[in-house]
Amino acid sequence: MAAPSAGPRAGAPAPVERPTNLVISGVGGQGVILASFVLSQAAMADGLDVKQSEVHGMSQRGGSVTSHLRFGPKVWAALVTPGAADVLVAFEALEAARYLHWLRPGGVVVFNTLEINPSPVAAGVATYPRDLAAQIEARCPGARAVDAARLAAAAGEPRATNMAMLGAASAVLPLEVATLEAVIARVVPPKTVAANLRAFRLGREG
Amino acid sequence: MRDILSGNEAIARGAWEAGVRFASAYPGTPSTEILEAMPQYEGDIYSEWSPNEKVAFEVALGASLAGARALVAMKHVGVNVAADPLFTASYTGVKGGFVLVSADDPSQHSSQNEQDNRNYAKFAKVPLLEPADSQEAKDFVGLACELSERFDTPVILRTTTRISHSKSIVELGERVALEPLIGVERDIAKYVMVPSNATKKHPLVEQRLRLLAELAEEMPENRIEPGDRGIGIVAAGAAYMYAREAFPTASFLKLGMAYPLPTRLIERFRAMVDRLYVVEELDPFLEEQIRLMGVRVDGGKEAVPMIGELDPGMVARALSGIGAPGATAELLALVGDPVPDLPERPPTLCPGCSHRGVFIALRKLKVFVSGDIGCYTLGALEPFKAMHTCICMGASIGGAHGMEKVTERDGVLKNRAVAVIGDSTFFHSGITALLDVAWNRSDTVTVILDNRITAMTGGQQTPGTGKTLGGLESPPVDIPKLCEALGIERVRTIDPDDIAAVEAALREEIAADGPSVIIAPSRCALVYRLRGEAWHVDAELCTGCKACLKAGCGGLMLVEDEEGASVEIVPSQCTGCGVCAQLCKQGAILAPAIEEVIA
Repeated sequence: MAAPSAGPRAGAPAPVERPTNLVISGVGGQGVILASFVLSQAAMADGLDVKQSEVHGMSQRGGSVTSHLRFGPKVWAALVTPGAADVLVAFEALEAARYLHWLRPGGVVVFNTLEINPSPVAAGVATYPRDLAAQIEARCPGARAVDAARLAAAAGEPRATNMAMLGAASAVLPLEVATLEAVIARVVPPKTVAANLRAFRLGREG
Repeated sequence: MRDILSGNEAIARGAWEAGVRFASAYPGTPSTEILEAMPQYEGDIYSEWSPNEKVAFEVALGASLAGARALVAMKHVGVNVAADPLFTASYTGVKGGFVLVSADDPSQHSSQNEQDNRNYAKFAKVPLLEPADSQEAKDFVGLACELSERFDTPVILRTTTRISHSKSIVELGERVALEPLIGVERDIAKYVMVPSNATKKHPLVEQRLRLLAELAEEMPENRIEPGDRGIGIVAAGAAYMYAREAFPTASFLKLGMAYPLPTRLIERFRAMVDRLYVVEELDPFLEEQIRLMGVRVDGGKEAVPMIGELDPGMVARALSGIGAPGATAELLALVGDPVPDLPERPPTLCPGCSHRGVFIALRKLKVFVSGDIGCYTLGALEPFKAMHTCICMGASIGGAHGMEKVTERDGVLKNRAVAVIGDSTFFHSGITALLDVAWNRSDTVTVILDNRITAMTGGQQTPGTGKTLGGLESPPVDIPKLCEALGIERVRTIDPDDIAAVEAALREEIAADGPSVIIAPSRCALVYRLRGEAWHVDAELCTGCKACLKAGCGGLMLVEDEEGASVEIVPSQCTGCGVCAQLCKQGAILAPAIEEVIA
């Protein structure tokens, strides 16, 4: 067991406000990295320090992908410790369940209800868990289930599911909406700006 | 101006700002993006992918000897390949600043081992800088160039995955003004490392380390950050950030240069604090040196894990567990259990991947597959399990040759070894092994999976693609001609999507006397974005036997309901390669054109 922590002594630097800890998970190709980019740029534009970390490698080949994002007045580590995430944004239901233990007590999960079969399931050697949404909600009261495909279709851009997820996440993140929308307008292809912003707003409205 | 850059992007930017004129690398996770970011500085920096890390090191050293500042980047195991020139470049020294970037991979996210390349600094007797975020990654390139020129030495800039692939805010600068290059100096005593010259160099190398250790006492990158005197932590790189997070009020000795170490600074820090801890990932590299100075250390590797990467919670728990005060309470909280029994989501060969047909044939023949490093290493996983060794770049061919030399030719296929290697890996270090096969005559069969790209690392050009890093045209290597020139008489090409043809070719070449090469030419489905019309399962004909699932393709989906099992093809995934259809005994998987004919 860990020893109890002692308080700071006189003369020690005062601790700064704790950063916001965010974990984004999904499947390779879903836009996890782009969503992380938008949030980081928005945090910097809001005048915050920001660090973001992800592991590349084989993510494009259908593997599980995670990105850690931390922003606040001062950020040291780029990694979120398991059990310390304020928000988990999952682009796929199984990838929400896989990282639920990263949330702190009282942390919020925003997850896409989409189910993508991993290769062992597609090959018939494993089964996709039943009632995942109910399991997630039972474990994390206040979980926000998002049908991102429906919202993206309603926005007129079926590929904008990541923007719908960003919108849903923005509702629980201390970032300025105007800044987020300005970053989105800058990073998506010019012809799709309006549709992406519609998807973002539909996600935010929930 | 400020921007959010990854450590790798910051290193490229730092190279530009520091006046680097030459950059080279062989791709390898987590180092690849350094060179990928270089073409944006074209005109100021010449950059190239080299065939392997040894060549990348040597060409950069050549540029340095001609007076240019030069940078060479590689993953940790790449330094093993480049170790030969590294150790002697330590003796010759440099002319223009010379920086070797070693990107280590704690936790082996994308690597075959977890070696701690800080040990190379001690081994090769060169200084090593360790940035802790992207700002330092950028700034330390300039520092490395200066140290390199001032102390006449290569300098290692060591990152880890969490430095290379983490993004943070960087203050951008301008490029330094450059003097014109005056050309290569002739200095035989300095650059020709025959024994009579090299023996005179070794004492200078030892003297250089003593001078660098003196500099380490004063350089601002090694600094005491006073806090709570009850606890002092020595750390560098990502581990420093984790420790700051875990013990926000502690005193720190932050080391920007992890080799050689400043003895007096460390002794002074020891005297300041009640308890001293060393926090580092992987080996006890700092801790052992500090203990050898006779400095008392109250905790290090007996508490902090030596395996895998750290995070702030691990550091908080490890040091609190041996009595360190002041850990962030939140990080000490017990972590909840993961949701149990979730299916894994491993990477798989992409739909349309040309490696699939070859591994299906190899699986069927049950031969021993001497494997290599690339996407095709996934052939070792389900549902293929048709790769039986993977050691290092290029090892497949030599391994198969050795096995063939000692194994009886008893006509049993499972006693035969087949080497499987990708195009980029073949160019990297397979060619010399194939030369051995040809020269020393074994019956080895080598399969070259030529998908015309370095695929695993995200699609970098190779000597076979006809393009350079900068996008210039260049003659692609003719692999069949190259194999013939090495002395391989039996060289043939096959269509990797035709399982029966692959199998027939393998059987024939395995039975033949003398060495053979089978080349499977194709295009990487991911990088070249192969899209064909999707195939289709005839639900009437599908019996749900699951034979097609042995193709291990993400485009196939098993559907099980009250009526039993059946398979569907996900149209958005299918590239129309038709490999799965060759596994279907019912003829239920149909090409679009055939479907139309039936309709």
